[in-house]
Amino acid sequence: MRDMLSKQAVGLKPSGIRKFFDIVSEMEDAISLGVGEPDFDTPWHIRDEGIYSLEKGRTFYTSNSGLAELRQEISNYIKRKQGVVYDPQHEVLITVGGSEAIDIGLRAVINPGDEVLIPQPSFVSYEPCAIMAGAVPVIIELKEENEFRLTAKELEDAITEKTKMLILPFPNNPTGAIMERKDLEEIAEVIRKHDILVMSDEIYAELTYKDKHISIVEMEGMRERTILINGFSKAFAMTGWRLGYACGPREILEQMTKLHQFAIMCAPTTSQYAAVEALRNGDEDVREMCMAYNQRRRYLMNAFREMKLSCFEPFGAFYVFPCIKEFGMTSEEFAERFLEEEKVAVVPGTAFGDCGEGYLRISYAYSLDNLKLAIGKLADFVARLRAEA
Amino acid sequence: MNKFSDEQFIQPRICAGASQILLIAEQNLIFCSRPQRKRFGMEEKMREELLKIIERNSRIDLKELAVILGVEEIDVVNELQALEDEGIICGYHTMIDWEKTSIEKVSALIEVRVTPQRGQGFDNIAERVYKYPEVTSVYLISGGYDLLVTLEGKSLKEISGFVSDKLSTLDSVLSTATHFILKKYKDHGTILTKKYEDTREKVSP
Ligand SMILES: Cc1ncc(COP(=O)(O)O)c(C=O)c1O
Repeated sequence: MRDMLSKQAVGLKPSGIRKFFDIVSEMEDAISLGVGEPDFDTPWHIRDEGIYSLEKGRTFYTSNSGLAELRQEISNYIKRKQGVVYDPQHEVLITVGGSEAIDIGLRAVINPGDEVLIPQPSFVSYEPCAIMAGAVPVIIELKEENEFRLTAKELEDAITEKTKMLILPFPNNPTGAIMERKDLEEIAEVIRKHDILVMSDEIYAELTYKDKHISIVEMEGMRERTILINGFSKAFAMTGWRLGYACGPREILEQMTKLHQFAIMCAPTTSQYAAVEALRNGDEDVREMCMAYNQRRRYLMNAFREMKLSCFEPFGAFYVFPCIKEFGMTSEEFAERFLEEEKVAVVPGTAFGDCGEGYLRISYAYSLDNLKLAIGKLADFVARLRAEA
Repeated sequence: MNKFSDEQFIQPRICAGASQILLIAEQNLIFCSRPQRKRFGMEEKMREELLKIIERNSRIDLKELAVILGVEEIDVVNELQALEDEGIICGYHTMIDWEKTSIEKVSALIEVRVTPQRGQGFDNIAERVYKYPEVTSVYLISGGYDLLVTLEGKSLKEISGFVSDKLSTLDSVLSTATHFILKKYKDHGTILTKKYEDTREKVSP
């Protein structure tokens, strides 16, 4: 058997994070600022509901699209937050994390050769999922001077005859960038004009530190062409439960449900019961966690100012994306040396796309004490580099 | 280095166990009993945030407090002064796990049923009880009894002595039920029996 493997799979670049993970795992005493998940435990009342569902023997498959009760709660939640209504019967699908929704959302709409626009730096899975769905990924390089927002001009310039879909990754991992109403209105116009689809990954929607998050689906003519993706991982600190969802027009959701049905059957049942509780009674938890993240965010921005490290102020997610171009090193070199010399792990910006070169992703999903320790080391390191120069 | 992490600071709301209900009720009383009014200085929301932070860590550096709240240090100083003047901040205490020291301490919860006095309600009797220095808190409680008294002493004997000689002999006290605390798992929102451990993968997307 000579051709054992899929060329497409083999052709995918391994994640830039993997390499770092391997180095850090070897180091016993490394401090990490490289984590992409909340440091909080899932709020107890939510865990308790999960446990209770197990005690009651709720250990069977749910319907393919997920518990009706949960789909109803999701529909209520989006109506409450975004003012947009999705029919829980046909327009909401519960998935195994936002991750699965990204994958099947692409596979549900892509025909071979379709172009998918992917703004970068962004989450690592869009590009490989697009490729595996048969799409041609077209990268839009976001700029620090625009606070890493997507501008109408950048979008317009990237659109061709073949453009099928735009992935809209805000609030953004790794930059922490957000899109405000004006930004969304401007790109919505371009999207309508060229009649393309949108996949809006709003997994960090609850974690914004300026105004409330606004979704592209609130813009005129967008709901009917958008797959809205969200989940429980970040907002409710539920990464390990593997639960997310997609909302969108019935035609698309029907296809996604089919793919989900054949590949997955249904999302984890225990997690679905816990998620019902999260949506019903979790607002206060989210508020508290958001407040804590914001305090850490302010702490970091101040620390960067003090060490004169350039960093645009991010207003979403739990990442800051400082610029290290002044040191004349690549992101990877910087991150590797920092790890070697100070035993602190950060993720090079290039793990999220080539245009992340010159930046680092620093996560603030850590306690303030932890951050203080690590940032102290960053200040020492930066001072040393400057002295060398 | 300060030992109070902000994990702990977030815990009381998220993980409130039954034993925390009293504490939370107590906090809420503080927030609710103050009349809402227009004020100079900090917004109400930020005031709440400030209070929550220092409730978990009263030793936090003022400059750091200003940074994480996104305000000037002078504003924090003024606000703290105002909170003290208004009697909202009533003291800065230290959480001590006496169990870990060689010093003997026994604490107890005492449920007290009393007859309220005309024109005074429970205030008079509460005052007579809280004046004893060994009494650490006195709450008026709804339900099966009236006052919940917590008490610290050197020994079981000292506590039972207090109950039989001082508390039960007060005129308006009808009955008492004393519960000795055997072990503190969580106190003031802080888990005493376990340390936070970060079990996440060290790097993830
Ligand atoms: C932008 C973004 N989207 C989606 C995900 C996937 O999250 P999950 O599959 O846990 O819902 C992540 C996780 O890091 C993310 O950062």
